[in-house]
Amino acid sequence: MVGAPVLDLLRALVQEAVTHEAAFAPFLPSWMILLPFIGFMINGTVAYLAPERRKLVTIVGPGVLGLAFVLAAINLMLMAGVQEAEPVVRTYWTWIEVGQLKVDAALQIDQLSIIMALVVTCVSFIIHIYSIGYMGEDPGYARYFAYLNLFVFFMLVLVLSANFPLMFVGWEGVGLCSYLLIGFWFTEPAKAEAGQKAFIVNRIGDFGFLMGMFALFAYLGTLDYQGVFTMAPRAFEYGGPAVTLITLFMFLGCTGKSAQIPLFVWLPDAMHGPTPVSALIHAATMVTAGVYLVARASLLFALAPLTMTVVAVIGGVTALFAGTIAVQQFDIKRVIAYSTISQLGYMFLAVGVGAYTAGIFHLATHAFFKALLFMASGAVIHTMHHALEHAGEPAGEDMSQDMRNMGGLKSYMPTTFKTAWIGALALAGVFPLAGFFSKDEIIWSVGARGQTVLWIIAIITALLTAGYITRWLVMVFHGANRAGEKARTHLHEAVALMTGALVVLAIGSVVTGWVNIPEALPLLPEFTWLHHFLHPSFAAAEHVLVEHLGEPAHASPIGGAEGMWALISTAAAIVVILLVFQALKGKKYLPVREAKEPTGLLGILYHKYYVDELYDLIIVRPFKWVCMFSWRVIDQGLIDGVAINGTAYATRFGGWVLSRFQTGYLGTYVLIIVVGILIILGVVTL
Amino acid sequence: MTLLSNFYSSHWILTFLVFFPGIAGLACLFVPKNQLKGWALSAGMVEFLVSLPLFWTFEIGRTEFQNYVSIAWIPEWGISYAIGIDGISILLILLTTFLLPISVLVSWEQIVEKERAYYAMLLILITGILGVFVAFDLFLFYVFWEITLIPMYFLIGVWGHERRIYAAVKFFLFTAFGSLLMLVAILVLFWMHMDQFGTASMAYAEMLRLNIPGSLQFWLFAAFALAFAIKVPMFPFHTWLPDAHVEAPTAGSVILAAVLLKMGVYGFLRFAIPLFPSAALDSTVVMIILVLGLMGILYAAWVAAVQPNIKKLIAYTSVAHLGFIMLGVFAFTGQSVTGSVLQMVNHGISTGALFILAGFLYQRRHTYEVSAYGGLAKVIPLYCGALVLTSLSSIGLPGLNGFVGEFLILIGSFARYPWITLLATTGVIFAAYYMLPMVRRVVWNDVTVDENRKLLDLSRIELAIIVPLLLLMVLMGVYPKPFIDRISASAEWMSERVEMIAQQQDAAQSVAAQEVRNGGRAGTR
Repeated sequence: MVGAPVLDLLRALVQEAVTHEAAFAPFLPSWMILLPFIGFMINGTVAYLAPERRKLVTIVGPGVLGLAFVLAAINLMLMAGVQEAEPVVRTYWTWIEVGQLKVDAALQIDQLSIIMALVVTCVSFIIHIYSIGYMGEDPGYARYFAYLNLFVFFMLVLVLSANFPLMFVGWEGVGLCSYLLIGFWFTEPAKAEAGQKAFIVNRIGDFGFLMGMFALFAYLGTLDYQGVFTMAPRAFEYGGPAVTLITLFMFLGCTGKSAQIPLFVWLPDAMHGPTPVSALIHAATMVTAGVYLVARASLLFALAPLTMTVVAVIGGVTALFAGTIAVQQFDIKRVIAYSTISQLGYMFLAVGVGAYTAGIFHLATHAFFKALLFMASGAVIHTMHHALEHAGEPAGEDMSQDMRNMGGLKSYMPTTFKTAWIGALALAGVFPLAGFFSKDEIIWSVGARGQTVLWIIAIITALLTAGYITRWLVMVFHGANRAGEKARTHLHEAVALMTGALVVLAIGSVVTGWVNIPEALPLLPEFTWLHHFLHPSFAAAEHVLVEHLGEPAHASPIGGAEGMWALISTAAAIVVILLVFQALKGKKYLPVREAKEPTGLLGILYHKYYVDELYDLIIVRPFKWVCMFSWRVIDQGLIDGVAINGTAYATRFGGWVLSRFQTGYLGTYVLIIVVGILIILGVVTL
Repeated sequence: MTLLSNFYSSHWILTFLVFFPGIAGLACLFVPKNQLKGWALSAGMVEFLVSLPLFWTFEIGRTEFQNYVSIAWIPEWGISYAIGIDGISILLILLTTFLLPISVLVSWEQIVEKERAYYAMLLILITGILGVFVAFDLFLFYVFWEITLIPMYFLIGVWGHERRIYAAVKFFLFTAFGSLLMLVAILVLFWMHMDQFGTASMAYAEMLRLNIPGSLQFWLFAAFALAFAIKVPMFPFHTWLPDAHVEAPTAGSVILAAVLLKMGVYGFLRFAIPLFPSAALDSTVVMIILVLGLMGILYAAWVAAVQPNIKKLIAYTSVAHLGFIMLGVFAFTGQSVTGSVLQMVNHGISTGALFILAGFLYQRRHTYEVSAYGGLAKVIPLYCGALVLTSLSSIGLPGLNGFVGEFLILIGSFARYPWITLLATTGVIFAAYYMLPMVRRVVWNDVTVDENRKLLDLSRIELAIIVPLLLLMVLMGVYPKPFIDRISASAEWMSERVEMIAQQQDAAQSVAAQEVRNGGRAGTR
């Protein structure tokens, strides 16, 4: 029985070798999803019944992910071996069926979903390994891995599902895991509250997703990808109100899950979760779900030019906006968090101008270098926390994560230091690291679509990115150490499991860029593998775009070919890095307790443009007031008080008045009778 | 075997299910006190186990009433013992019998005074509810409808908390007021039948044949609708519910939320709409009801968000959920009606579980105030796991039961009323907004109240109560097909047929009006 899958695999491989044109047959696709779920069940049971059995958790938690990753890799290879493989849909059972509505529990294995599954399982596996070291001493070890496994399960449901409602299962499921993991250390009220904020803000986006589905079903009568994308070009007029509205609703969902303006506010707070969680959920995978949704529904979006513009503008503005905030943050994770929002903005910019491959490409490379940066931060926080604790100083988040307390860590944590530099250079888009290829392609595509303003915004953001990440490096690793005499002696490099994971991610941050080398680059062979591989997934959308907007230009808005601009941008990034490095290297930062809050323009950036305060003032508080008013004034006052109990009291009062006449004295009754007769006579005679 | 299969294919299974709890309840009065709880539990288990095969013997896809029988009872007045089931009622019946043993177990330790009368009331209440769900004779229906009032009144008034008398009287006055108008309407129908067919009848099937003139239809519909709207309860008739819930003992709350409220929705689906189709589907009437349903969804969610008392919060969430259900009923598409019936069951399970969990806390700390708790995840993790899962089911997390019903209701309603559905869908945001802060303040954070440090986690009995509910939440979320299949044929058939009749009636009446006008002209000529 155990051999059967292996035999299947061999057969598939042989078949592929013999007949090159064989149709693609996925290999155990459901197990990619089942494995993390099994991990969740086992770890969850352990968490309740025997939390001290850490060994079992250590094997099962990362183990299932390792196997899932192998499955994803095998399926990718199988698919890559077939030219333009058709999507394969595997149906397991009927989930919801009434009348015309039929939603199956079904998976769709195609180029887009398998690339996503590969990125998700790969990064998850590395982060699970890292977590063994990071969470090793936590009493909630088993619970942590149960949540993490459950998260990967839902994430894979999200990317592998064959219809929108099932995708929504994954969509809200990952949100649930995010909620549970942000509030993992729930005894601290701020963390529990951050998890709750993430869930509620995301629900605003989910409302959009739901409405998008309802409208889609009303027009097409199906929610399966295959059905929707076959019917959409005929059913929807290009630029018509229906498809525009549907895609705008869906994009509202994206702004929630992928932390774009106006719903980005939950992501910085989400940093309260354990750092590997920030790396996995809030950088590499979950937050990219919105980009995936736009890429998945690329045909619908392509049919709605207005929505495309909205997506691109929101993406571009968010990229710049979050980039500026990152410049003036002091929390080691918050810089990266705003950087993530900014980079997600880039991805939306890409898919908003129809450069779907570029968006997914950046999604994949970003998954590696951003996970790397987060986990390097995690290693730093871990050691800072221990050092401060050992030194008997306050070791809370505000102390152990503030970069003003760090500095000079390169001599204490050499591996972390080196890998962090690689991640930072990749983020800054320096050749030959991954970020260079993917970011460059986005900026180029935006220019080639003639979006001059967005193109300039993208370039400015690229320079900002190089700037803030250099500042981050300098503050953490260079200069003099500011942790204090006592704590300094306890600083040390992270354990081998953690640094090992960092090294693997660093390798990933280099090589993932090389799967898609544009032809225009001088000295390099053309190798647009990813572009060709993903072509079947985006062909229909690209066709629509070319038909209505024409081919993209071969020059930027101000001239110059792709190769030249790639050279300019990498040179500019290096110049910015050198300038910032020189400027900040010698700067004396004061430790947190001596430092003052920045003022003026820097103060505005430090306070993140006061967006949280603004939302609190114009939405949260007034809404709370509406709730109180509804309860106290309308419900208790008007409905129950005046209308209901008022009627009751009126009835009682009426009864009391009438009962006054029932005195029991004959005289009263006679009087009433006489008065009554007189009144009647009066009425009759008059 | 044939005896058994005859039992399940005839009305006898229903007759048994309806009267067995009542008889067992009366027997409670004579059982020795130390065997009382065991007796009640066995009665509940028997009831549930006997009812269970009905799930499979029920014929999927058949739109006629099943297990139907009509036996003359008081022939002079046309009253018959007519009972049966269809896709609208089957799951509600099973939900009721499923919750019966659970209610007994919930009361096991909570009820210590006048136990004999308590269990008798509980069991008689079940007879009344099941009677309502199977009755196909208006008189019979009305009798069962009123029977449910009395035990519930006593359950709240005798075994409730501090303000129990106020809550019980309020409950009674509200619902009695509604049902009296319904009685008048039933009598009018009786006389109309006499008038049109010359025979006395109270049978539901006979009443469907009546030809009721337009304006009278409105009044009769209004009388029925008021009775049902109060029961549901729809905004603004909902204020009796929070009081009744807060004061009722746990089992009372469970039955009240899970099945008693559903009698209102069921009444709309079974009686108010099919009997008076053109009034019920009149665009103004539909709009009024949809707006009230929408008010329930939004307004009750807002009010729920600021409740300091757990039970009151759950009560208001009930109003919001029932708002969704009413939206689905009056959107009147196959999907939305199926979704509404399914959501009645889902709401019964998740809200029932929420009340049970609130009751568990009350057993430990004797308070329902949210602020009295906090940080319980550290102290009683099993309990907290159950509470979090139930809350997620209640706010419609996909993968759990609540989502399926909500999704069907909204996607079905969108086809007809996109704007109202748009507003209703914002309810999913508010659902998170009212439920999660309660969860946070009870489950998460640090323990701040010392009494909470030594709480005991779920006992065996408590696990036996809550685990079946949790399993159902997951099962009905992942694989709702068997449940949907049992509902959808009847729901689709009903929504199509009623619509057709309404159109015919409207057409006939406009023809009649035309004739009157023509006749008038002829007269003047």
